[in-house]
Amino acid sequence: MQFGIIEFPGSNCDHDAYYVAKHVFDQQTSFIWHKDHSIGDVDVVIIPGGFSYGDALRSGAIARFSPIMKDVIRFANNGGLVLGICNGFQILCESGLLPGALMKNALLRFVCKNIFVRPENRTSPFTRTLDSDSVLQIPIAHGEGNYIAADDVLCRLEDENRIAFRYCNDEGEATSESNPNGSARNIAGILNEAGNVLGMMPHPERCAEEILGRSDGAMIFESILVSTGVPV
Amino acid sequence: MSTEVLSEPEVTLELALEHGLTKEEYGWVVTALARTPTFVELGIYSVMWSEHCSYKNSIALLRKLPREGEMILVEAGEENAGLVDIGDGLAVAFKIESHNHPSAVEPYQGAATGVGGIQRDIFTMGARPICSLNSLRFGSLDNPRVRYLFDGVVRGIGDYGNSFGVPTVAGEVSFDPSYEGNPIVNAMSVGIVKVGETASAIATGVGNPVYIVGSSTGRDGIHGATFASEEISEASEAKRPSVQVGDPFTEKLLLEATLEAIDSGAVVGIQDMGAAGLTCSSCEMSAKGESGMEIHVDRVPIRQVGMTPYEIMLSESQERMLIVCEKGSESILESIFEKWDLHAVQIGEVTDDKRVRIYWYGEVVADVPADHLVLGGGAPIYEREMERPAYLTKTRAFDPESIPDVTASDSADVLIRLLGSLNIASKRWVFEQYDTMVRTNTVVGPGLSDAAVVRIKGTNRGLAVKTDCNGRYVYLNPGKGGQIAVAEAARNVVCSGGLPVAITNCLNFGNPYKPDVYWVFKEAVEGMGEACKALNTPVTGGNVSFYNENPEGAVFPTPTIGMLGVVDDIEVQTTTMSFKEEGDVIILLSPKDWIHRNDINGSEYLSVIHDLTAGDAPHLLLSEEVDVQHTCYTLIKKGYIRGAHDVSDGGLATCLAECSIASEILGANVQLTATKNTRLDAVLFGEAQSRIVLTVELRHMDSLRAITDENGVSATRLGIVTEGPLIITVNGTEAVNLAREKMSTVYNRAIPAYMN
Repeated sequence: MQFGIIEFPGSNCDHDAYYVAKHVFDQQTSFIWHKDHSIGDVDVVIIPGGFSYGDALRSGAIARFSPIMKDVIRFANNGGLVLGICNGFQILCESGLLPGALMKNALLRFVCKNIFVRPENRTSPFTRTLDSDSVLQIPIAHGEGNYIAADDVLCRLEDENRIAFRYCNDEGEATSESNPNGSARNIAGILNEAGNVLGMMPHPERCAEEILGRSDGAMIFESILVSTGVPV
Repeated sequence: MSTEVLSEPEVTLELALEHGLTKEEYGWVVTALARTPTFVELGIYSVMWSEHCSYKNSIALLRKLPREGEMILVEAGEENAGLVDIGDGLAVAFKIESHNHPSAVEPYQGAATGVGGIQRDIFTMGARPICSLNSLRFGSLDNPRVRYLFDGVVRGIGDYGNSFGVPTVAGEVSFDPSYEGNPIVNAMSVGIVKVGETASAIATGVGNPVYIVGSSTGRDGIHGATFASEEISEASEAKRPSVQVGDPFTEKLLLEATLEAIDSGAVVGIQDMGAAGLTCSSCEMSAKGESGMEIHVDRVPIRQVGMTPYEIMLSESQERMLIVCEKGSESILESIFEKWDLHAVQIGEVTDDKRVRIYWYGEVVADVPADHLVLGGGAPIYEREMERPAYLTKTRAFDPESIPDVTASDSADVLIRLLGSLNIASKRWVFEQYDTMVRTNTVVGPGLSDAAVVRIKGTNRGLAVKTDCNGRYVYLNPGKGGQIAVAEAARNVVCSGGLPVAITNCLNFGNPYKPDVYWVFKEAVEGMGEACKALNTPVTGGNVSFYNENPEGAVFPTPTIGMLGVVDDIEVQTTTMSFKEEGDVIILLSPKDWIHRNDINGSEYLSVIHDLTAGDAPHLLLSEEVDVQHTCYTLIKKGYIRGAHDVSDGGLATCLAECSIASEILGANVQLTATKNTRLDAVLFGEAQSRIVLTVELRHMDSLRAITDENGVSATRLGIVTEGPLIITVNGTEAVNLAREKMSTVYNRAIPAYMN
């Protein structure tokens, strides 16, 4: 398996995603520079968290024009696996690979803490091995994670089983108290129509090792590996 | 070009006085130059000899601090930050710095640029920042202006650090009316570098090109260093333009480019531009290299038209570095900065005549001897007049018998009030606005242990880090208070599983020209030094911030300690405060032959319940402290300890309540025994030092006893961890019986109640 981690100016979770793919899961992993025009021969692209271009204008709004994004879009449209985490999710929305947008958190403050999400989809390559009866505890760290889309889009996402994760409490109930940023319908992550592009605000790469307190995030990486035929 | 034509004010004694130089200092300048200085030269001298850059009123005392140790790679003051060898071929660069004055007038940018400035001090040495800390102090949140400052400072720290991508893992926040109008904002950064791969702030090699890299230069922050060297007053609002504006995005690019440049071998020397910008970096690098420098300021990339050489030399625009490049490696350096879309412009070269010569379109506008300007060279050094403050006579006269003791029936209510007091209550509202986890090294983040623990990837090791100071103690007894600041910071590190190895410090005091302020400063510094010596944690550097005053008087003297500890094995040693398991034994580790002391001196209890800042600082004997810390560290290293939390603000009852709250499920059944004449408030809420609450599995009790006996330290069995409420009896009478949920609610809601 070859993972490629896109590096934009201002990406700051690039090394975290690299570390998990390379050192926790022992996969071939490389960085891909935003000024390059080709992602090269990779099986999975990760667009990491951070503040690409300092979040100027809107988060993700400038990164989508980086030369590398053309090839990421081509790769995604051909069925390649693309995982956008936090700022990566914002970039995927800005670049049109995913619908909707991420606005400022409802409380208008940056928030970093562990939250719970409930896996809603068990068919995508990212979520195939997750247990939908159990909740994952995963950190969030963002100022603009308040997912919004038109009502018909939200309904379509639900009808097509494209909501990957919803914020919930520790018992799996998607309550308003457990929604950390005001996201529509407690949405924490969504898939594209084909299911090969996932954008999510929580950071699975921050909880993939027990020493960091929790390893629920590792399950998403395991799912990717299982889906692509890598023994885990 | 109109910018080539310069018309500058005539330099006179009056103008020099306006620039903050004294008549005597101006005389020394004229003598050194053997002529009247130019306007640019006056600007250079005024910032270099400002308190902020020259340490002229503190350095004589700071030089008496213990600064040597076998792990110390760079002596304090030699480089931008301290450097400590932690083994495995790795070193830690760390430093703390104040940004009080800018934060007082413009909290968001003031705090943000404080964070940015301290990061540059770390990565200019070639170290990658691994975590940030801070230490914040404000007046009362009842005051809307204070809420504005608090909110702005927290947002500023968060927005800058979060975007820059270094986790903010620990810190402290406290409130006292003395900080009204003059908040304390201290920022600390900790970085990792391979031993032998550090960069130095030095200019050597005649003919080597000098580059300015990073952001362009604007008019922001001109005379920021001078502003930081005077008291905050109503006129300070007009100094808002002295506050710099931060850009964390550019800082992130500058970090990556700088580390790449240092790694490439093209860099001879490098220094960040903080206070006094291009002036300070060029003078200090030249003086350190015993060389000189020629700078063509007209080549500096500027962001505002019409800037004069005076303004460019004094600008404190952020996110800039001065680099001396190896001649012949210019293209390597330039291509790295081009990759990161940053300026890298050659503005001069290294000379050998020990002078810094500034050109403006070919014309010399300043020609000054580098060594005469810098600390350690010709910069003035003063020992000021001292006088024991009159207030001490009054505070020391405090008689505890003048206030009523708590009773068994009201002590639970007192505990609840303490848990809801701002200094003790949860700081979750603050630290959840900081990214505490980015870079995936945070093993223990804020709120869980007495210090934070970050791992060092590729090893089993980690760092335990903490900032600490109790300004009230220092106010009541500057010498002992200074000792306690160091002792408690070290104790915090020990409680989280680390061995304290070195400190950095940020000394926040009032106006040094006031004899009572200077006496307090001297006492506190001496106290710190004694504790550093006893605990074997040398001083690696730091920062002095004087003139922390408002119209009401000086702030509490606040020598903030940034403590660095090493955790040899993070799997075994990392320890948090919470109760872990029902049935675990609760032990109080304390000095030999210990009994509950009749000591409520300087306590949070006196302040919150009786509105008194009175008495001495609480009990501390350094020899006892050393024994307790050594024993605790040994027990943790052997794997006997489930949880550890030091007894500090709010005393033993508060400490136990915090262990319960942190567990989220458990309580305790605790029986305390005190002598007949001991006050109940002293038993429950007294803040005598050198005490640690431990939880231990029953099966380890014998092993624990063997070690505490061997080390001559008391290990008093207090009770056991339960699934019920927190119950504390004193001499058989129940004093506290509180459900964890009730304590937790009060503890967690105090700050949000003001801020949301």
